[in-house]
Amino acid sequence: MSLPFIIIAVVTLFAAAAAMSLRNLVHCALSLIVALAGLAALYLALDAQFVGFTQILVYVGAVAILIVFAVLLTRSDATPNQTILAPGWFTGIMISAIVFATLGWAALNSTGLPKEMPSAPEATVKNIGDLLMTQYVLPLEVIGLLLTAALIGAVIIAMKEEPPHVGSYEAEKGGAP
Amino acid sequence: MVEALDQIFVTLKHQVVGFFPDAWRPFVSALVSISFIPLVFATLFAFVTVIERKGIGRIQNRYGPNRVGIPLTKIRLCGFGQFIPDGIKSLTKEDVVPRAADKVVHFLAPVVLLIPVLLAYAVLPIGRNMTAVDFDAGLLFFFAVGGAVELSVFMAGWSSHNKYSLLGAMRAIAQMISYEIPLILSAVTVIMIVGSLKLADIVAAQNDYSYGLAHWFVFTPWGLAGFTLFFIASLAESNRSPFDLPEAESEIIAGYYTEYSGFKFALFFLGEYLGMFAVIGLYHTVLGRLDRAVFIPHLGAVVSLVLRQADGAGLRFYLDSRHAVAVAHGPAHELCLEIHAAAVAGEHRHDGRLAFHRPWPAALGGLLGHDFRFVCHPRPGVDAKPKTRQTHLPLRGMKNVNYNLFFLAADVRRLKYPWITSFRWSLLMSAATA
Amino acid sequence: MTPLQGCLLVSALFFAIGLAGAVTRRNAILALVGIELMLNAANLNFIAFWRYGPNPEALSGVMVVIFSIAIAAAEAAVGLALIIAIYRHYRTVNLDQIDSMKG
Repeated sequence: MSLPFIIIAVVTLFAAAAAMSLRNLVHCALSLIVALAGLAALYLALDAQFVGFTQILVYVGAVAILIVFAVLLTRSDATPNQTILAPGWFTGIMISAIVFATLGWAALNSTGLPKEMPSAPEATVKNIGDLLMTQYVLPLEVIGLLLTAALIGAVIIAMKEEPPHVGSYEAEKGGAP
Repeated sequence: MVEALDQIFVTLKHQVVGFFPDAWRPFVSALVSISFIPLVFATLFAFVTVIERKGIGRIQNRYGPNRVGIPLTKIRLCGFGQFIPDGIKSLTKEDVVPRAADKVVHFLAPVVLLIPVLLAYAVLPIGRNMTAVDFDAGLLFFFAVGGAVELSVFMAGWSSHNKYSLLGAMRAIAQMISYEIPLILSAVTVIMIVGSLKLADIVAAQNDYSYGLAHWFVFTPWGLAGFTLFFIASLAESNRSPFDLPEAESEIIAGYYTEYSGFKFALFFLGEYLGMFAVIGLYHTVLGRLDRAVFIPHLGAVVSLVLRQADGAGLRFYLDSRHAVAVAHGPAHELCLEIHAAAVAGEHRHDGRLAFHRPWPAALGGLLGHDFRFVCHPRPGVDAKPKTRQTHLPLRGMKNVNYNLFFLAADVRRLKYPWITSFRWSLLMSAATA
Repeated sequence: MTPLQGCLLVSALFFAIGLAGAVTRRNAILALVGIELMLNAANLNFIAFWRYGPNPEALSGVMVVIFSIAIAAAEAAVGLALIIAIYRHYRTVNLDQIDSMKG
């Protein structure tokens, strides 16, 4: 628990809290990016270089931009003047506090956790690649299928449907029977 | 002696670090490695802005800036001091922030642009043993921080509270995201050949000669295809012509940085050009580098010119040290090619004609041939196949087009010797620097 | 407190923040943001256990996290596409007003 780790963790948690509590959605998205980048820094502190860079590439470079685009496309980028909290928000916060208490208690008082800290493992890209091609080749292929399906699905769901032009079958027959 | 010259910067750094007490050494070492990056590349940015303006001016049949030399004196330096008053102007201009703009995000956008771009330089191998941080997954890190640049574009466009800025920002982000894929895929071919994501390994894999040609990946068919794709994608990533709809000057003024003035605007410019340099550096690392070449674009052009003159005077010292001190001016040619691509894409010529000017094929040839001499001169006795100066390529004349000198002296030529046309001039320069 | 326990606490707090945000906010996009935070907390947990666990050479933590990042990206894409489609229909992304299944 070195000092850089603590500082990065504190910044990340503040950014996550800000991401969930700011009024303006674009500010929330930007704080989310800070939180994700902080997490990438935590991965780097835990000697998982490849995962850290992948996190920046995928989350900060793609998912965060997706979220920003969604905010803009749904016209939510203006600061809302009504309340931002859903009804029943107090229950929600209580439940999340209970969840944190449970997890924290389990982490601190568990006897099953390893006591000695091993040295930095050898997580080179070569080893990851070897594993991906030998032991994890089936999940790799399945992920490929899943990403293809997600890509096609997202495009189809978000695609603007053209109104049927005059003279076509849909225009004449109308909607569902 | 050649090895000593090759590692001269490393030994210098060790000597500087040795002055400090033991406890401070890691910090000082990191500081020295890091401070090199903004010092060199920001200076290069300054020169490149002037060279770009002069180059585009020549293509448009006018002079670029040609008056400002050293300020407060009468030395004219053919306009190369232009960046000094430009910098002072941008520092002292009033910083106008629109009233409805989001102040925090507006302020942070140029910062968020610069940080990933400077981070990208940390993995570029400037020379042998001269990478600032040699990550195991260095190339992945480079592309990851390249993806973070799009964020700053969005921040700039959205926080200005200006429809057209937002439009420019959306265009820029869409373009950058789309062209990330060809960029990464064209580098993946090189990764597959080398088998490692470490940039120092990629450079080391290109370190051989055979039959007089270096083992640069750009000379292989897949490397050449990769180079073309990478070049086009990098033009799109930096929003340079012909991909500069996001900053279409005739439509939306400056796109996502319309509402920026003063130093923030200069920071955007700096970030964009530094990004270009980083991508050029990556191209050279991945596709065409010798392990011994210290890559400092443009500065390299000047130094190599000096070294070539020394060789012309018959100094043998040059033949060996050229490899060792080796400042590759390839990136200079690539940048000139980019500037040229910008200029000939039709937007910059005032009479509307496309300017496929004569230097264009020379620039392309210069790019591919830029280090042929370099490439074909293995050090005798040290490299695998020693060759003498006689046995080399018929492209000898082509490789010497020193683009910067062309611009530098073209004004003098026009004023004093109007009977030398630009074609004759380029021939003359090639002969002089051969 | 060992470093492993510290990491687990951080990840638990992250998870709780994500859960609170996903449940408390009215906007549908922020619910997705909360879900992303929860996924990231789980990833941090995996990496912490991989690093400080008994067998780090097997790289199993790293592999799971790589796949988890890919899956989370796919899920974010589809979820946001759904929100955009819903917006087109309801003209709002307020979760309290999106309450009928009738098209």
